[in-house]
Amino acid sequence: MSEKTPPNEPEPDEAALAGRERLNEQVVRTGMFGTQTTGDTSGYGGLQVRRAPPPFTPRPYGSYFDEVADALTARLEADGGGFDEAVERVIVDRGELTLHVRREHLVAVARLLRDEPPLAFELCGGVSGVHYLADVGRELHAVYHLVSITHNRRLRLEVSVPDADPHVPSVVSVYPTCNWHERETWDFFGIVFDGHPALTRIEMPDDWKGHPQRKDYPLGGIPVEYRGATVPPPDERRSYT
Amino acid sequence: MTTQASGMGGPAADGAPADGTGEGTEGRVYNVAGGDWDEVVRALQDGADQEDTEHLVVNMGPQHPSTHGVLRLVLTLDGETVTELRPVIGYLHTGIEKSMEFRTWTQGVTFCTRADYLAPIFNETVYCLAVEKLLGVEAEVPERASILRVMMMELNRIASHMTAIGTFGLELGATTVFLYAVRERERILDLFELITGLRMNHAYVRPGGVSQDLPRGALDAIREFLGRMPHQLAELRSLMDANPLYLARTKNVAYLDLAGCMALGVTGPLLRGTGLPWDLRKSQPYCGYETYDFEVPTQDTCDAYGRYLVRVDECDESLKIIEQASDRLAGPRPENDPVMISDPKIGWPAKLALGGDGLGNSPDHIAHIMGQSMEALIHHFKLVTEGFRVPVGQVYTAVESPRGELGCHAVSDGGTRPYRAHFRDPSFTNLQAVAAMAEGGMIADVIPAVASIDPVMGGVDR
Repeated sequence: MSEKTPPNEPEPDEAALAGRERLNEQVVRTGMFGTQTTGDTSGYGGLQVRRAPPPFTPRPYGSYFDEVADALTARLEADGGGFDEAVERVIVDRGELTLHVRREHLVAVARLLRDEPPLAFELCGGVSGVHYLADVGRELHAVYHLVSITHNRRLRLEVSVPDADPHVPSVVSVYPTCNWHERETWDFFGIVFDGHPALTRIEMPDDWKGHPQRKDYPLGGIPVEYRGATVPPPDERRSYT
Repeated sequence: MTTQASGMGGPAADGAPADGTGEGTEGRVYNVAGGDWDEVVRALQDGADQEDTEHLVVNMGPQHPSTHGVLRLVLTLDGETVTELRPVIGYLHTGIEKSMEFRTWTQGVTFCTRADYLAPIFNETVYCLAVEKLLGVEAEVPERASILRVMMMELNRIASHMTAIGTFGLELGATTVFLYAVRERERILDLFELITGLRMNHAYVRPGGVSQDLPRGALDAIREFLGRMPHQLAELRSLMDANPLYLARTKNVAYLDLAGCMALGVTGPLLRGTGLPWDLRKSQPYCGYETYDFEVPTQDTCDAYGRYLVRVDECDESLKIIEQASDRLAGPRPENDPVMISDPKIGWPAKLALGGDGLGNSPDHIAHIMGQSMEALIHHFKLVTEGFRVPVGQVYTAVESPRGELGCHAVSDGGTRPYRAHFRDPSFTNLQAVAAMAEGGMIADVIPAVASIDPVMGGVDR
C-alpha cells in the first residue's frame, strides 16, 4: 500500500477501507483449521485470519433505537455529561440494540434507563458474562439485558474490561435482581462487581479454585472406549473454529 | 452468639461437629437429624442462662421433601418467626452452559433440554430461536414446525403446572391433589413419548424446525387428551379452590407486590398474580403466538393463592391453544410440507424412521448415501460431525416458560460451536424473592412461599 493515491485511481469504497483497517489488526488464526499438531493438508496453510475491528453502527439506528438513544443523550447532557462520554459505541445487529457502556458510567446509565419515563427499562434480565480470549485488553464482557414493560422494548448494555483489571461497578443498587446474577458471573468468569453486598460464589463450592466458564479453564473429561476404539474427551476433539 | 440446630438432614454449619451435639465456632450445635426436638428444647432450657437462646439457625435442606429438590434454606428463627432467610443453591450445578461450548450448535439442544427438566420443550425452543436469529433464518422456519413447537410448548406448560400444583398440595399435606395432578402429567408425558420418542430430554426442537413430524395416531391421542382434560382440571379445582385448609395456608401468604416483582426481576405467574398481564406470548410474540386466540389470566392478590389460580387458569388457556394448533395440523396439508428448514446446509438430511432396532435414519436415506451419491455421503458426514457455521454476533431471545421469562443469550464467534450460551432461567431469578416473601413470617409459611415460586433446581443451577 503506497502512501499517496494516484489521482486517476477511484476513491476507495467502504469495503476496501474496512479491509485495509483489518490489515492492522492482530492475527487470530493461521491455516484452515488451526491445526497445531499435524500438517494442514487443506492447501490453505499460509492463510492468516485477522481479528475483525470492533464494529459499530452509525446513525440512524432504525426502529425505536433512535428514540432510546435521543432520550438517553438528552438526560446525560442534562446531567452534565454526554452520550459519547458514557457510551463507547452502539451496535445494531439482528434487530437488537447494544450500548457498549464505559464501566465508570454503568450505574448512572442504568439508573437513567430505569427511572426516566421516556426510557423506563423497569426490568433487568440479569448479567451474562462472556470471555473473549482473543479480544486483548477487553477480554471480559458483562452483558445486561433490559426490558421496558411500559414501552415493550428491549435493550442490551455491554461493559468490557481487561482480564488484568476485572472490575465492574455493581448495579444491585439499581436492579436488585442482579444480586444473584452478579454472583454467578463472578463465580464463572471472575469479574469483580464492586459494591455488591456479598460477592461470593453461588454455583461452585466456596473453596473452588478458578472460574470455570472462562475460555482458559479446561472442560475436563475422560476418553470413552467403545468396542476397542477410543473417543477422546470433548475438549480434545477436533475443533473447526 | 447464636444457637444453631443442624436439623432436617442438612449439613452442619461451618465449624460444627460432623455428628452429635457439641460446640461449634458459631455457638452450640444440636444435631436433630431424626427430628427429636424435645431434647433440643430441654437442652436449650438447661443452657438458657449461659447463652443467647433468642435465635436459632436452622438448615432446611438441601435434602428436604418440601424444598423442591436440592435447595438449602438457612433460616434464622426467633421462636416460630423467620427473621432471616438465605437460600443456598448450586447443589445441582452440572455445567450445561460450559459443555455446550464443546458441541455443535445442533448438539446444544440435547444439553439445554436438561436444564429446567419440567419444561424441556421451552429450553429447546428458546435456544433454537436464538440459533435461528443468529443465522438469520427465522422467516425460513416452516409454518408446520412453528405450530408443532407451540403445541408441544403448551402441552409442556400444562405438565409443568400440574407438577407445580401437585407438589404444592403435597407439601401442605394434601396427597390426593398430588396424585391427581401427577396422573394428568403422566398422560402428557405419554403424548411426548408418542411424539418425540422420549418422556424427557427430548431434543425434539432443533435449529431450523423440529426433529420429526407427528407420528400416526398422535392427533387422535391429543384429541382424546383435550376431551378429558377440562373435566380433570375441574376435579382438581374442586379439591383445592375452596378447601379451608388450603386457603388458610395460601391466602395472604408469601406476599410480593408489583414493585417487589419489578425490583427482583420476577416474571411469570408471580408477576401476573400482582395484576400485571405481562406475558411474552402476547407482548413479544414468537412462533406465531399472535395468531392464536387466548387470554392472559391475572389475579391481584399478590399471594400464594393468587399464583395458584393463575396457574390453573393458564392450563385452561393452554388447552385452547392446543386445540387451535391441533386443528391447524389436522387441516388439509399441502404437498411437500416439511417440519425442518429446507436449507440443506442447516437441516440434517436424514429423515427419521422407525426400524426393527428403534428410531433411526430412514432406509431410503441410508441407501442414497451408501449406494448412490458420494457427495450426499460427504455432505451428511460433514454436517453431522462438523456442523454448520453461524455468523459472528450475539442475540437474546426470550419465551414465556411456565415459570416466567426464559431467555437465551447466544454468542457466536463464526464457528461450528456456540462461543457462549447463557440461559436466563426464571427459577434462578425468582428464587431470590423467597427471602422477601418469607422473612418476618412464620416458619410454616416458608413452605408455601417456596412452592408458589415453583423453582426447578435443574434450571436454577444449570
